[in-house]
Amino acid sequence: MSDHGDGHGHEHDHAHDHASSATMSQRVAGLVATLERKGVVTGQQLDRAVEEFLAHAKPANGAAVVARAWVDPAFKARLLADANAAIEELGFDMRHWSYVKLRAVENTEHLHNVIVCTLCSCYPLSLLGPSPAWYKSVAYRSRVVRDPRGVLEEFGVTLDPGTEIEVWDSTAELRYLVVPRRPAGTEGMGEAELAKLVTRDSMIGTGLCAAPPR
Amino acid sequence: MTRVHDVGGMHGFGPIDRDEVDEPFHHEWEARVFALNRLLLRAKVYNLDEFRHAIERMDPVAYLSASYYEKWFAGIERLLAEKGVTS
Repeated sequence: MSDHGDGHGHEHDHAHDHASSATMSQRVAGLVATLERKGVVTGQQLDRAVEEFLAHAKPANGAAVVARAWVDPAFKARLLADANAAIEELGFDMRHWSYVKLRAVENTEHLHNVIVCTLCSCYPLSLLGPSPAWYKSVAYRSRVVRDPRGVLEEFGVTLDPGTEIEVWDSTAELRYLVVPRRPAGTEGMGEAELAKLVTRDSMIGTGLCAAPPR
Repeated sequence: MTRVHDVGGMHGFGPIDRDEVDEPFHHEWEARVFALNRLLLRAKVYNLDEFRHAIERMDPVAYLSASYYEKWFAGIERLLAEKGVTS
């Protein structure tokens, strides 16, 4: 099931009867009004929190981390050993909510990593930005642990049959970041250029990075 | 005990729908719910485990029929009531 707006009605969307958006809007406004009255939060603080999140949490952050790992083997070693410390070198952190441990997992010729949160939707938000709806869907959460190869094919990722797939189930305390493989033919490229090749899905493991077309 | 949120390996949820607009929030109220949770966590009104647990305690039918941020809202409402913040 997914996180649709109104009126999408895909036939396989198990959307049942979502409360209408107008109703939800009223209920949320009611709760916010109560909390304002009790001095717990203000509407202004809420607006600021949304702006802050959207301004700072984006896949370009994760891409910068990956690109650095591609060009700097010593950084990559630090990233794989202690990801929290390594991303702090680039000015990022995982402390948006409370301390969350980050583990970076590297794709190689023989191993491909994929992340999921089967229990809810844990995701390295600060590095990847807001998570896509499919990541939070029960369809992805239930199936990627059972049939990762099939799920990856749906995403257009066909791996060599000999490539092992490791699926990492995130938790509230431990999140993962996939370090995708650097595409062949990018040897002469600089870090900033390389970062542009790193897609959000490649850092989830449901995509691969490709060299720019010549 | 297995509860409904524990879907890893379960069959029957159908194909993965990737056709959606990739926007973080589809409605204004969703952004507010997101921000509310963040502020309440920061203010230590509750912690992340309590939040997750509040969602996991949802009635299974309600859990499966709620959208993502509807679940969040249900969790927040429940915790605020249980902690006496809104009651």
